[in-house]
Amino acid sequence: MSTLDIKGLQVSVATENGFTEILRGVDLTIKSGETHAIMGPNGSGKSTLAYSIAGHPKYTITGGSVTLDGVDVLAMSVDERAKAGLFLAMQYPVEVPGVSVTNFLRTAATAIRGEAPKVRTWVGEVKEAMAALHMDTNFAERSVNEGFSGGEKKRHEILQLELLKPKFAILDETDSGLDVDALRIVSEGVNRVKANSDLGIMLITHYTRILRYIKPDFVHVFAAGKIVEEGGPELADKLEEKGYAEYTTA
Amino acid sequence: MSTLTSNYLAPTGREEAWRFTPLARVGGLLDASTDLASVNSIKLSKSYADVKLSHKSAADLPAISASDDLATIRAREFLKEVTHIEIAANSSISEPVVLERTNLTGAAQASRTLISCGVNSHSTIILQNTGDAILADEIEFDLAPGSNLTFISLQEWGAKAVHLGRQHAVISKDATFNSIVVTVGGSLVRLLPTVEYSGPGSSADLQGLYFATDGQHLEHRLHVDHNVPNAKSRVNYKGALAGDKAHTVWIGDVYIRANAEGTDTYELNRNLLLSDGARADSVPNLEIETGEIVGAGHASTTGRFDDEQLFYLSSRGIPAEVARRLVIRGFFAEIIGKIKSEDIENRLMERIDSELAKVGA
Ligand SMILES: Nc1ncnc2c1ncn2[C@@H]1O[C@H](COP(=O)(O)OP(=O)(O)O)[C@@H](O)[C@H]1O
Ligand SMILES: [Mg+2]
Repeated sequence: MSTLDIKGLQVSVATENGFTEILRGVDLTIKSGETHAIMGPNGSGKSTLAYSIAGHPKYTITGGSVTLDGVDVLAMSVDERAKAGLFLAMQYPVEVPGVSVTNFLRTAATAIRGEAPKVRTWVGEVKEAMAALHMDTNFAERSVNEGFSGGEKKRHEILQLELLKPKFAILDETDSGLDVDALRIVSEGVNRVKANSDLGIMLITHYTRILRYIKPDFVHVFAAGKIVEEGGPELADKLEEKGYAEYTTA
Repeated sequence: MSTLTSNYLAPTGREEAWRFTPLARVGGLLDASTDLASVNSIKLSKSYADVKLSHKSAADLPAISASDDLATIRAREFLKEVTHIEIAANSSISEPVVLERTNLTGAAQASRTLISCGVNSHSTIILQNTGDAILADEIEFDLAPGSNLTFISLQEWGAKAVHLGRQHAVISKDATFNSIVVTVGGSLVRLLPTVEYSGPGSSADLQGLYFATDGQHLEHRLHVDHNVPNAKSRVNYKGALAGDKAHTVWIGDVYIRANAEGTDTYELNRNLLLSDGARADSVPNLEIETGEIVGAGHASTTGRFDDEQLFYLSSRGIPAEVARRLVIRGFFAEIIGKIKSEDIENRLMERIDSELAKVGA
């Protein structure tokens, strides 16, 4: 049983006009096995929250804390955070030309597990996970994310989730750009990992669509850099009906 | 003092061709008061069927192309013997022919080699440059009609080596010249991979990779002379630089002459700066004298390390230095993969990795 604890998190980015504050005190606690949906309009700071937890150098933490089972996450390097059990499925996965998916996955698994996976079981493990996500085997030889369609990039993110088995996953708009079939396949992948590993999930989304496939335990409304309302799954139904207007005009 | 070079004017550094080169470091190769010793510097690593190597007097085997390169002119003046490598007509050589350097003393030397590919022959030649030579070196390639040569030139020189080289191909009708130039070693390397054509339907593919660290000067000056109709050329050079005062120069001159209708050419140079204090010069130059062409283009980019790539890999638990190595390997993979030798690929990448570690990049 693990706990990811975010307390009073304040984050700024450097712009031409100095620092701009984006996160204005975010409080959120996620426990193993829980799924928390973070829902909010574009530009409200959802990706900033995700990237800040993962340690992207672009974001400056100006206040608050993030701890994983009491250990200071913000003091860790990016790779240490991943090794500690955090995983970020990115809204815009990055292309890495010349680095094959196979090589990348194996290098990542080696780093996370602390030893190189046994070749024989590893090959089977990757094949099985790819098949479950309806990914063609030729993906393995392609360069990481290079020339992937939007849907292929998202499947590749969930493939990594399956293989790296983190304690907590932050899924940043994993549903965006997916057609109905791909959304179902990707969601099933997330549910599979959760069923097998007691994964805690921060599910960032703009739309309620994905919540039909991945059932949240809690829903948090995010606006202007902080959580403005919290509730159970019924809050998502209200957002579906009424949108974010009441949170953004206030 | 040689009488041959009595009216020779050493470059001052103001000449277009020499403006990037640190002339103080050329080890006498361009110095009128220094004689160059003639040397047969290339040998076969073993014997190969359909490949013949012989030594001939320089007078009996004159150069097949004109050159205004001063290092080449000087080398030609001092040469007594040249090395001739002949690939038999209609032969198809299944394994790469490996050439090694020999007789290099570390004093200023001059060497010339002619590689003749017979009609419809098919071969791959790998030249391994190692050691600490000070060498003015010319290699010419005479590609007979229908021949196909892949020439891989590996500059894995020692830290003190000075190499002023010309690698010039004359490509005749329906012949194909593929060159892969890899420069990772040497104190100063200035290479001129150049091609001209002597018949239509001919094609050149010039690929290159260079990696410079602390104080290295690695210069590649390409020249493609589209002097016949319906010939094709592709140029793709990639370089990475790390450490203080690493300097690379890439010049890509492509001339499409008035008679060169149907020319199809594209040249590309990409540089990756891994640390401050390194400098990459990149000068593509396309001159077109006819509009009746299939295509002509060029591109040149010089950029810093992509932090987003580094973040992506690190966010999967991969430590920063491993991630950097992956990205650099990835950057070079396109070129190195063309060598089609896992041994050479590993050897080159290990060298690049260890030098990266040394400069702390
Ligand atoms: N690097 C940056 N420079 C300037 N502004 C930024 C930067 N990154 C994000 N922002 C701004 O921060 C706000 C939140 O962005 P983001 O976290 O991407 O929102 P969301 O994911 O909710 O759409 C937006 O107004 C965006 O323009
Ligand atoms: Mg976003």
